[in-house]
Amino acid sequence: MKRYMQKLMLILLTSVVMTGFASLAEASVRIFACEPEWAALATEIGGDDVSIYTATHALQDPHHIQARPSLIARMRRANLVIATGAQLEIGWLPVLLRQSANPAVQPGQAGNLAAADYVQKLDVPTRIDRAQGDIHPGGNPHIQTDPHNIAIVAGVLLHRLQQIDSDHADAYQKRYNDFMSRWKQAMQAWQQQAAPLRGMRMLVYHKGWAYMMRWLGLVEADALEPVPGVPPTTSHLSSLLAKLKQQPAAMIIYAAYQDPRAAEWLARRANIKAVKLPFTVGGTDAATDLFGLYDDTIHRLLMAKQGQ
Amino acid sequence: MIRSFTAVACLLLAGLQMPLAHASEASNNAEINSLKQQLKQTRMLLEQMQQRMDHLEQQVDHYSTVTAAQKSASGQSVTSAALPEQQSHPVSPQPATPPGSIMPQYAASAVQPALPSVSGANESANAFNPEISAVLNGGYQAFSQSPSGFSIPGFPLSDAAGLGKRGLHLNESELDLASNVDNLFYGSLTVSLSPAGGANVEEAYVQTLTAPFGLTLKAGRFFSGIGYLNQFHSHHDDFIDRPLPNRAFLNTQFGDDGVQLRWLAPTDTFLEFGGELYSGHAFPGGGGAFRGQGTWDAFMNVGGDIGYSQSWKAGISYLQARSTARSAFDAAGNVIGNFTGNSRLWLANLVWKWAPNGNPVNQNFRFQSEFFYRHERGLFGAAATPGAAYLGRQFGWYTEGVYQFMPRWRIGLRHAELFANNSGAAVIAAGVLDTRGHRPRRDSAVLGFSNSEFSRIRLQLSRDATQPKIDYQLGLQYIMLIGAHGAHQF
Repeated sequence: MKRYMQKLMLILLTSVVMTGFASLAEASVRIFACEPEWAALATEIGGDDVSIYTATHALQDPHHIQARPSLIARMRRANLVIATGAQLEIGWLPVLLRQSANPAVQPGQAGNLAAADYVQKLDVPTRIDRAQGDIHPGGNPHIQTDPHNIAIVAGVLLHRLQQIDSDHADAYQKRYNDFMSRWKQAMQAWQQQAAPLRGMRMLVYHKGWAYMMRWLGLVEADALEPVPGVPPTTSHLSSLLAKLKQQPAAMIIYAAYQDPRAAEWLARRANIKAVKLPFTVGGTDAATDLFGLYDDTIHRLLMAKQGQ
Repeated sequence: MIRSFTAVACLLLAGLQMPLAHASEASNNAEINSLKQQLKQTRMLLEQMQQRMDHLEQQVDHYSTVTAAQKSASGQSVTSAALPEQQSHPVSPQPATPPGSIMPQYAASAVQPALPSVSGANESANAFNPEISAVLNGGYQAFSQSPSGFSIPGFPLSDAAGLGKRGLHLNESELDLASNVDNLFYGSLTVSLSPAGGANVEEAYVQTLTAPFGLTLKAGRFFSGIGYLNQFHSHHDDFIDRPLPNRAFLNTQFGDDGVQLRWLAPTDTFLEFGGELYSGHAFPGGGGAFRGQGTWDAFMNVGGDIGYSQSWKAGISYLQARSTARSAFDAAGNVIGNFTGNSRLWLANLVWKWAPNGNPVNQNFRFQSEFFYRHERGLFGAAATPGAAYLGRQFGWYTEGVYQFMPRWRIGLRHAELFANNSGAAVIAAGVLDTRGHRPRRDSAVLGFSNSEFSRIRLQLSRDATQPKIDYQLGLQYIMLIGAHGAHQF
């Protein structure tokens, strides 16, 4: 047993050294993006000067991620961690930070960026009590549902990249300028396209759309989750159905990672549409990048409205 | 800018109050309340915005002076570009707002975080309070055989390996405090409060956050990183009790006062090496040999993902303890023997988790297995006697699978086995070390319900063949966490 273990250790050590050498070759900024939208933004501004690892994908609930070994290993060598913050990753990011043994990405360092710190947050609870569910004391963390927030974070990210990798400061600046000019145009277009949606009442699965509601002037009628973080129950859905009969809503929206069954159940009985939205980059086939994310979100909302 | 903002704010408020008047006529109380709530929220939001606006205006002034100065010097300015454009666009879900009204509401700065949303909330000294949480835990147990007669033939047990009490009971309540100490250290304290009274320091450690080369140093009292399950607090588990081998070989959970050094390899595959040195007072040590450094161990863990849906972790560990007069207890807590000698333990563990697309919220499955081999050589005898020669070669393993088949509900099955081959003059018929030709086994099935991440209720049925007479057991338990959000550890 002893000899076998020695052999195993030797093989492992050799592989460590070899991968260590291999990693010296790539001289770029290694980014650990907690959610796909930040990975997509880092691609826009970082281009070839960064390599990006995305910790979660659009079919995962960013609240419920475990501090998996693969994530710890990836954070170990990261130069910049981009998180949403506002306690979205409270269950797993602190564990990763503690276990990754990486001084560069600890909170307070240039290598630690919490996007929600830089935007004005909505749904800031005045009363903090878990009876209200898994609420976030700092406000609603799902800031990526409004493109204005993306624009703000783009500026922060530019600043950080220039700080961490000053050699490529000009390249980051150039990509940022280019991205922002395209982004501003796109935002104007989205605003116009979404005009018919203004004032529309809709039900949400999880209170994850506050920023989009404000942006597009939509009205959040109710949530399928009885309280945030607790999955929909039949009794709650029945009470929603009764409410809908008195005060109808146009549709039910849910994110790509959420179980569609509750939304479909209620939609069938209330005779309204249940609409899956990408929520982040990769959530639907069309949401391949940040532009696609909002294009497809608005497209799906408009289609559902027309189909009414 | 401020003036137009205030005008919009007034319009907005007016718009909100109109439907309010309407609703009161209809005397619909619920609606009035919800509207009142909305109004309150809107007011607060507006106040916050006002604050933000003031702040922003100052900033814009500042930036425009800086930019002007820099432009005259260099033409292009990084600072001005880093400040994101303030987007103006029509506001509000309230239909009362005139279309096309402009209100910049995305106040933020590229270089400074946004102001705290509830201003003043973090100004008190309490803001530096550590994360505080408490675990409340109690339940009911029923046994077909009396738990006070519990023993595992062939295995000298320590004080925490038993089955617990019959009937309704409160388990240990746990109080956790944790926080970053400063930019270099993290500290954590876990105190368990026994239902009979008295507090016990379960864990109290500090660890480095920014040590170089992927190293982490931990010092204090903590649960060891050997094996898989050992490092977790019991409220993390899916079963009511720890597996049989953990109870026999590690006195349920091995922790002691000591230091730990871990090194995380700079590879994409998770690879971690660790070593620990302990005082040697805790089981399987005892007596604090070698002037209080009687136990050491080493472990290695490897892990990774397979596609999106699967992830795994495997590890091997070795623990060596020098025991001086280590007591063995019966279920009533009486000392029935003591051991002096060397105890060596090898562990191998594997955990594999599956969740469709890596999203465990609706469905997930976990398979977990650990193997133990212990080699003990020394003297074993009744209390206060030097004892006779004893050589123990003992093996144990368990394997469990837990399946969450729908949100909030999960079922689990576990099988555990032990095997002892003890020899020497200390092995006397019907004594502690005598296996009586029996091979201890235990099978459990558990049904768990968790309403949210913070609450769990479970029902467990076990067929316990640890002793020749089979014991059928039923356990019902609640575990609730209040306070700071727990960690989602793998």
